[in-house]
Amino acid sequence: MRRSGRDPGLQPERTRLAWRRTTLACTVAAVLAARAALRGGSPLAGALLCALCLSVWLAFLAFAHRRIRALSASAPRLLAPRLALAATACTVALALCAAALVL
Amino acid sequence: MIDLRQSVRLWFAPARISEQGETPDYRFSLANERTFLAWLRTALALVGGGFAVDQFLPGLRSGWRLGLALALLAAGVLCALRAINHWVRCERAMRRGEDLPVSRFPALMSVVVAAVAVAMVVVVVGGWAG
Repeated sequence: MRRSGRDPGLQPERTRLAWRRTTLACTVAAVLAARAALRGGSPLAGALLCALCLSVWLAFLAFAHRRIRALSASAPRLLAPRLALAATACTVALALCAAALVL
Repeated sequence: MIDLRQSVRLWFAPARISEQGETPDYRFSLANERTFLAWLRTALALVGGGFAVDQFLPGLRSGWRLGLALALLAAGVLCALRAINHWVRCERAMRRGEDLPVSRFPALMSVVVAAVAVAMVVVVVGGWAG
């Protein structure tokens, strides 16, 4: 394995951009969630769900930021399964919030 | 089923992946990571679609709206869980030098998305969209 210089395939950069795209997708879902929560029936439940979605979004942002920083190393390490699990959990949490809002 | 249980255990035990086989070229792992992220984006898009059906089709009969939204949300959850499971299995296969796992999931997801799309068409053509 090579240790120095630039990877001609720009793999770390592409992976970083993939994380950014995923963060963007998460932002869109979170914005739709906030809109649904604030337009719903009861204001208290709406505010709670909105806060929940916001914290899920912030958590995803933090995970993505951590990984993006780790990817600037010259030979990045394997994505930690815990981080992958956390990102998956954020997605599932948004889906559960959505189900709560729809029902 | 046993395989699934082993994979689920690997989700929670980061050290176990590194214990197996040899470390592949990091570029292969990064490609695997991007595939994982692409599936996660698909899952997020499905969740977003669930929200969109609920919010932007207010004229739809509540039964149809609820059914379509829940179908999209369930597909999103499945897609996210499958994303991490496939990532773990690919990583393990690369370390052990085995073939990459094959999967019926993409075909299944296509069928579900097609079914939702057909349902939408039926709703619009049938005039239930209000």
